[in-house]
Formats: sequence, structure tokens, C-alpha cells
Amino acid sequence: MKKLFPFLKPYRPETILAPLFKLLEAVFDLLVPIIVKQIIDKGIANGDKPFIWRMVGILGVFAAVGLVCALTAQYFAARAAVGFGTGLRSALFRRIQGFSYRETDRAGTSALITRMTSDVNQVQSGINLTLRLLLRSPIIVIGAIVMAFTVDVKGALVFVVAVPLLALVVFAILLASFPLYRRVQHNLDRVTGLTRENLTGVRVIRAFRREEEEIANFEAANDEHRRVQILVGKLSAFMNPLTLLLVDGGVIALLLLGAIRVNNGYMTTGAVIALTNYMAQILVELVKFANTVFTVNKALACAGRIQTVLETPVGMPQVPTTDDESDNDSAVTFRNVSMTYAGNSAPSLSGIDLSVRRGEVIGVIGSTGSGKTTLVNLIPRFYDVDEGAVLVNGRDVCAWNTEELRKKIAVVPQKAVLFRGTVRSNLLWGNESADDETLWKALAAAQAKEFTEQKEGGLDAPVAQNGRNFSGGQRQRLTIARALVRKAEILILDDSASALDYATEADLRTALRELPEHPAVFIISQRTASIRHADRILVLEEGRPVGLGTHEELLTSCAVYREIYQSQFRKGGETA
Amino acid sequence: MKTRKRTPKFDRKTVRRVLKLLRAELPLFLLSLLCALVASALLLAIPLFVGNAIDLIVGKNNVDWDGVLRYAVLIGVCVLVTAVAQWTMTALNNRIAYGMVARLRNEAFRKLQKLPLSYLDSHSSGGIVSRMMTDVEQFTDGLLMGFNQFFTGIVTIAGIIGIMLAINPKIAAVVILITPLSLFAASFIASRTYSMFKKQSEVRAEQTAMIDEYIGNHKTVVAFGHENEGQAEFDEINERLGKCSLRALFFSSTTNPTTRFVNNLVYAGVALTGALLCLPIGAAAFTVGRLTAFLSYANQYTKPFNEISSVLAEIQNALACAARLFELLDEEPVAPDAPDAVVLEHADGTVRLSDVAFSYTPDRELIRDLNLDVKAGQRVAIVGPTGCGKTTVINLLMRFYDVNGGSISVSGTDVRNMTRASLRGAWGMVLQETWLRAATVRENIAMGKPEATREEVVAAAKAVHADSFIRRLPNGYDTVLGENGGSLSQGQKQLLCIARVMLCPPPMLILDEATSSIDTRMELKIQNAFAELMRGRTSFIVAHRLSTVEEADVILVMKDGRVVEQGNHSSLLAANGFYAHLYNSQFKN
Repeated sequence: MKKLFPFLKPYRPETILAPLFKLLEAVFDLLVPIIVKQIIDKGIANGDKPFIWRMVGILGVFAAVGLVCALTAQYFAARAAVGFGTGLRSALFRRIQGFSYRETDRAGTSALITRMTSDVNQVQSGINLTLRLLLRSPIIVIGAIVMAFTVDVKGALVFVVAVPLLALVVFAILLASFPLYRRVQHNLDRVTGLTRENLTGVRVIRAFRREEEEIANFEAANDEHRRVQILVGKLSAFMNPLTLLLVDGGVIALLLLGAIRVNNGYMTTGAVIALTNYMAQILVELVKFANTVFTVNKALACAGRIQTVLETPVGMPQVPTTDDESDNDSAVTFRNVSMTYAGNSAPSLSGIDLSVRRGEVIGVIGSTGSGKTTLVNLIPRFYDVDEGAVLVNGRDVCAWNTEELRKKIAVVPQKAVLFRGTVRSNLLWGNESADDETLWKALAAAQAKEFTEQKEGGLDAPVAQNGRNFSGGQRQRLTIARALVRKAEILILDDSASALDYATEADLRTALRELPEHPAVFIISQRTASIRHADRILVLEEGRPVGLGTHEELLTSCAVYREIYQSQFRKGGETA
Repeated sequence: MKTRKRTPKFDRKTVRRVLKLLRAELPLFLLSLLCALVASALLLAIPLFVGNAIDLIVGKNNVDWDGVLRYAVLIGVCVLVTAVAQWTMTALNNRIAYGMVARLRNEAFRKLQKLPLSYLDSHSSGGIVSRMMTDVEQFTDGLLMGFNQFFTGIVTIAGIIGIMLAINPKIAAVVILITPLSLFAASFIASRTYSMFKKQSEVRAEQTAMIDEYIGNHKTVVAFGHENEGQAEFDEINERLGKCSLRALFFSSTTNPTTRFVNNLVYAGVALTGALLCLPIGAAAFTVGRLTAFLSYANQYTKPFNEISSVLAEIQNALACAARLFELLDEEPVAPDAPDAVVLEHADGTVRLSDVAFSYTPDRELIRDLNLDVKAGQRVAIVGPTGCGKTTVINLLMRFYDVNGGSISVSGTDVRNMTRASLRGAWGMVLQETWLRAATVRENIAMGKPEATREEVVAAAKAVHADSFIRRLPNGYDTVLGENGGSLSQGQKQLLCIARVMLCPPPMLILDEATSSIDTRMELKIQNAFAELMRGRTSFIVAHRLSTVEEADVILVMKDGRVVEQGNHSSLLAANGFYAHLYNSQFKN
């Protein structure tokens, strides 16, 4: 929770005022039995009608003041909770935006989304509840005991015995059912999972005639779910009867004790009534308190998860290096690079030595998982190497200011992602200050000009969430255009032509060659057709370089390359 | 699916059916109602006894000992019986509700196994899951718990009014007159906050969408250094959400204090009238003990009112859920196999399609006049652009759907005259959409032959080159996979699906885009395994990559749901039609 407290700080007045007003309300609640006692002992006993009217008037005033206090408390609690939630969400978003690839990998995007949405909401309600109830209930319970002592010390001793017993029962049942509830949830997830699995796999299940087995599996899981539900139901069914027994046991004790003490003249009838009223108040509050603890406990678990995100160190330090050659010939140099992903034992890349000149087109090919994407992700320093060094313009990427470094590089990621907005707003991601002419040129080079022109609004055509209103191929070309707008020194295309037909891909290749800024281009692909015209081709196999050269050279020198090539053009020759 | 609005089938029929469902539980249900009746009646009696006892404790040396003791015992007995009744009631309700949930889910699940593919294909699985999980639960919860609360509430209210009227009609009148205020206040607040909650959920949805977009695609955001630009937009939405939430949260939280306020007014009213009625002492018809009992009733009185009003909405919702569930349960199942259906024992591998016509919807004809004569051991390839209806042919061959016209025969028998189980058993199938269950790798491979030995499973995995990656998994063949394959790559999942068929190869094969997610080199290796598998077996292959179908005996070229060409590779190329066009475009460079 430590990291989360600062978000409550701007609301310090609210966090103090809310419980304070709740406390006031509780005090008025606690005074009611005393007033009733006065009515009975003084008003009725003395036949004093005006006194009765006055006392009832006070009850009415208490009710009104109580209402005002409660509303004020609710308002401050809501303000503090919502303000806290808003601030936390904003900070959390900022923090996650600052994550590097390694941190995103480790946390997982769907988990991060849950942190930002339902977890924050849970904590927000938890705070609201805590401010309102967590203090009120103990205050009423303790207050009722204190009030009981003011009414009659001996009678109050009944409370001293009954209340701890009550608390014990309530929390014992809660604690015992916590783990069972977790099992119920787990079983429910399993039943849901089996249903979903059955529906998605219906063809396979019917093809393999496994319907009966599926039913047996499902019914077993369903039965287990029912069994645990009934078990936990039986346990929590004890809550009401046991508390009732204890409280009314207390009432009986108070009646008997009261009878003795009234008979001896130590106590009035009104006092007996007041004591039984306090007992009833305690019962209501304890049960409420137990439920509050239940919810707050859940919120605390969420808070813990959020805290972990906020504590994740972000950013990659800039390390000054002596290794600064600044030779102006090489755009990118890999020097004996190895890289292992967190949690993996085997390196995903090892022994990479490669120097790429400005304007050179490098093809990278290999099977899935051979390390192609890992290789190019090292250039903009999305990940750090474990061994060796990656140099851009002769300087180690770790020595660059990350922002400056990434401005030199334009990436077209494997997953063609667009963001809600317009075509223009998406293209401007590449370069905020690009003018329309630049945008159209980029679209033309990316073979996206034609369909953009046909869209209503042209550059201002709306883009839906994730670019859903564009086809896969169109999205891919727009992401290429977005990268070209940047006019970067290094251009990386990570399997970016997979959704394009052969003719469009060929036109794109020609356009890339003719870019006025002559960037160093990395083209990643599984298809030899996409990279065979590159100046040089790097062949990767399980993270190791197994070939480097032109298409023709590799065909004779590199077995892996030949195999890939032949698997795609089996007949050996091509119909060009 | 989750809307609470009434479905058209919400009517007397639904209610009647619900009652029928309840009839099985009737004895337990009645017992539970009896417990509820006993518990709430006794709970009302207790304050009365306490009050009577108090009336016997008058003052110094003025205590009726026997009377107090008698009432103490009476209260004790009441409390004990109430406690037992309460526990029994809750336990019974749980048993009925959870039992009913389990039974309904089992019934629905059995139904799912019998529903035709046409239903399952046209309904989202999310919707069906929601009917089976959420609707069933809300139905039983709402109905049973709701009914019980409703019943208890009515008994409590009627009891309180009855007792009050019997003892003192004047005070009863005070209570009855002031209480509606609280109901009015509660419903007023609820109707006002509804629009605030709606607004809040709208803004929240907007924010969630943005979070999905930015965090889901965080890597792209980082690649373009766009981290800070999103923040401004996010903060703007966030501020708006804060404002909406504050309003919704605050106004909805005024309900409790307001009803409590009304309750306190009732309390004060009872205290006033009660106290005045106690005068003059001794001569009055009312006593202090009665007054305490009445005050306690005043405290209990509004709660059941609030509960009943929410219960009515709950029961209504429960019936709507029931209607949705019944809709699923009443769905027409696939026609059972004919009683004289033959069991296909040894498929000889011949498949004949004659004048087959088929469409998913009556208004859009898909396949017409499809004729095909496949000899045993032949290889049939189906090619064409995406969405051209290639999988439709598979649906028909496996009898996931029945033809609308013409016929399909296997081993010379019309497939409609043989049992579905034996027909499907004759086919081995690898689908484009890989499907694995949350179980061990070994169980997944042995799906078609659960009794297979470990050696057989390993051999099948080796045949498709899956052995090496399986061995690298944390527990090898005993690794439990997550839902739908968990962390396996698409290619690895597909290898497991192929291994599944390798384990017990049936006489005929269907391979649908079976290797689409495997890189070309791996595919080449698998091709060898496939070739081995296909030898001597009739096979239908659906493929994107034309290179994989060139050796087929027959190639069906499909376009827009129709077979536009049919022949072998060389004859189709020579015809220079659609196939030739597809084939050549592949190599355009």
C-alpha cells in the first residue's frame, strides 16, 4: 500500500472528514438508547408529558443531524475515493507507457489492462468503503460497550463476555470460508472453461466421437462445483443463527441480571431496556463489519498487484562508453551479440557479427523462432544485449539518448496496428511535423495512396479502434507509410509484406530503393521471394548466423537457405 | 444476450415450466418455506417476550421472579428453534439452488452435444456460455433466494402489522403512515441515479477501449516514441470519468442514509405515541415493555419493504434468464441416426458426390451440381481464394451438415443411411483452427485412442517432428497445456493436431490448411510424414499453397462457393483458366 498512499494525499481533508462525520453519526446512533431510557425512567415514570415531547424532539433532531452527517461523510468519502482512483489510473498509465519491451513481456499486456481497469476500480470502492464503514463499525461496537458501562457497570460485564465471543464467531466463519470461496471460484472457472472448450472444439470432438466422454468430464466438474458450493453454503449458514444465539443469550442474561439489580434498587427498568438496545446495535454492526472486511480484503489484494506495477523500475540507463568510433560508413554494427530473454535458459541470439552500411538493404531469413525479430529489436534498444554490443552510427546504442536513437529508426512491426483517429493522425506518429506532401509521398511509396484517396475524407478518413475498418493488407501498407513519414536513417520491416500480394510487394520494394534519404533497410521475411533482391541476406537458424551473402551466393554456400528456398519453389526453377 | 429486457418468450409458458422444474424439489422447498415461516414468526415473538419480561421488572422489590424466569426460558427456546430453523432453511435453499443449477447445466451441456453445427456456427460461443453459466445462476438465485426473501419479507411485514394492530392500532397507524416515505425516497434516488450510472459506464467503456489500444499495442507505442502523447488524451477521459463517477457514487450512496432517516422518524413517532399512551401510569392500556417491543419492530419494519421491492425486479430478471435458457434447451437437436442405419465398418475409401446441392441459408445458394467420383486411395485437393467455401465441402463429408440435394456416398452407401459415429470414425481430420483441450500433451495426442501406450504416442509425435519440442516442455509429454494450447506457438499446436491423427490413422483423411502456420521448412518435413500417412488412403486436402497440391489426383478449384474447375494439375494449367491464373500469380515477381 505504501506506493498508493501518496494518491490519497491531495484528499487528506476528505479522508479525515469522512470518517469524522461518520463518527458523529455513530455518536448520535449511540445516544438514542439513552434518550429512550430517559423517556421511560423520567418521562413515563413521572408522567411528564412536556419532557416526553422534548426528548422525542431531540430524537427527531438527532435523526436530521444524523442524516446531514451521513450525507457529508458519503460525499467526502466519494470525493476521496474517486479522486484517488483518477490519480492512480493516470499515474499507472504513465508508468506502463514508460515500460520497455522487457517489462511489458514480463507483466503481460492482458494483466496490465486488468491492473488499469478492474483492479483500480476495486481499490477505489475499497477506499470508499473503508472511509465510510471500517471505522464506524468498531466505533459503534466499542461505543456501545462504553455506553453500557455508563448505564450500569455490572450489566456491562455481559457485553465484555458476549462481544468478544461474537467477534470470534463472525471472524472464525469468515476465515474458514475464505479458502473455500477461492475453491468455488476455481471450480466455476473450470466449468466455464470446459463449456467454452467444448464449443470451440465441437468439430474435433464430433470427429473423434468424444461426446460421451465430454459429458462425463463436464458432469464430474459440475458435481465437484456443486459439492463445494453446498459445503461453503453450510458453513456460512452458521453465521446468522450463531450470532442470533449469542446476542439473544446476552439479552436473556441482561434480563435476569437486570431483574436482580432492579429488585435491589441498583438499576431502573429504562436501564435494562437501554442495555438490550445496545446489544441489538452491536449485532447489526458486527455483521456489517464482517462484510466490509471481506470486501476490503479483496481490494487489498488488488492494491498489492497495482503496487507491483508501480514499483517496476522503468527506463534503460544511458551508459557512457569509450567505444565510440563514429566511423561514418556503418549505419548499424552487431559485434559478437548474444541475447537471452528473461526466463529462458537458451539464448535467442548468439554470435552475431554484422556491419550494415548506409543505404544497404539487408534481408533476414529463417524459420519461426530463429531470432529474426529479436535481432532487429536490438537496434532501437527495445532490449539490451547480454554480450557484445550493437552500434548505431558507430556508437553503442547504450550510449545514445534513447529518444534520439529511436528518432533515427523507423519500424514496421509484424502486427499491423493502427490507433483510433484519422489516417493523418496515425501517419503523424512517424513525425509530428510532417506536412501533407510528405504524407502523400509516404503513402505512395507504401502502395497505400490509391485506397486512401478512395476513402471518404482522404487523409482525414476516420480510423476505428485497432484500425478495424481497414483490411489486413491496407493496415499493413498504412503502417509502412507511417514508418516512411519518419524519413529515418534506418528502416526496419518485420515481416511487413505478408498480407500483400506478390505484385504489390514488388512495387513496394522498388519504391523503398528509391527513397531519397537512402536508409539502411532491414527486411525480415520467411519468404525467399521477399528478400532475394536484398544486397545481402543474413540466414538465421536457432539464433545463430548460418549464412551471409547474396541470394546466388547463399544458394550455393548455405544449406539452410537452399532448403528454405526449395521448400517454397519445389520445382527448383521459377516461372518468373 | 445479457440485456435484462424481456424476451418475447417471457410469458405464462415460461412460468409454468419453471413451476414444473420446481415440482421435483417441492418437498424440500415446502420444508424450507416452513422453516422461513417459523424463523420469522419467532423472531417477531422475541421482542414481545422481552417486553413482557421488562414489564415484570418494575422497580425496587417489585420484580415478578417467576414471570421473568419463565419469559427468559421462553426467549431461550424461541432463539434456539429460530437458529435451527434459519440454518436448516439456508442449507435447504443451497441444496435446492445448487442442485438445480448443476442439473440445468448438465442438461444444457448434454444438449450442446446434440445440437446441429448449423446452430453452433451461427451463435457466438460467448452467448451460449453466458446462457449456461450466468443465466442459469441468475435464474436459480433470483427465483429461489428471491422467493424466500419475498416470503420472509411478507411474513415479517404482515406479522408486525398484525401484532401492532392487535396490541395498539394507534401506534400501528403511525408506522404504516410514515413508512411509505422511505420507499418513495429510495425509488426516487434510484431513478435519478440511473442516468448517472449509464453515463459513467459509457465513459468507462471509452477509457477501457483506449487502455486496450495503448497497452495492448504498447510495443508499437514505444517504437514510435509516442508514450507521452497518449497521456494527454487519457487524462482528459480520466478527468471526465472522475466527474461522472463522483456524481454516480455520491448520489447512489444517499439511499441508505435517507431510508435510515425515515426509519429514525418512524422510531421517534413510535416513541412519542407509545410513551404518551403509557400515561397515566398504572391506568394506561400500554406498558413500557410493549413500548420496547414496538420500538424494536419499528427498527425492523422498513428493511423487508426495501428487500421486497428489489426481489420483484430480481424475480422478473430470473424469469427472463429462464426464458433464454429454455430457448437453448428447446433448440431442435440433430435428427438421430435412422433405426436401420448401417454401421460403416471397413470403409473401402471410395467417395462419390452426385449432384450435391447445399446452402447455409435458403436465400444464398452455395454449392450446386457438384459431382465427384473418388476412387480408393486417391488424393483430392480443394483450392481457391479465402472464403470460397472450401470448408463447406468438409462440413458435408463429415456430415456436420446434410446436403440439401443430391447425395454423398462412402463405400457405396449414402452417408445418411449410416450412423454418424461410424462415418466420422472412418475419417481422420486435421483442421485449420487448431483445437487442444486443457489437458496433458499426451492426452491431447491420444484423443482418438485414449488407451494408446506411451510408446505409440511418442511414435506419433516423432512422425510429425513434434517430439523434440514436446521433450523441451517443463514436464515433457505430461505437461498440462493451458486453455486452447496455452503458450504453445500456432505451429506447435498444429503439429499436435496432426500427431493426433497419426496415432490412429483411419482409412480416409481430411486435411484443412493443415500446415498453414508452420514455416515452409518444417512443412516440408511434415509433408513427408503426410505422404506416408496418405499412402493408400483416400484424402481430401484443402490448401492455400498450391505447391502442396500439385501432386493431387483431382483438384477442385472453387470460387464464390462453386466448383469452377476440376482436373489434375497439368490439365488445369493447360486449360489456362482460374487455376492457371492462381498458380501463376504465385510466382509473379
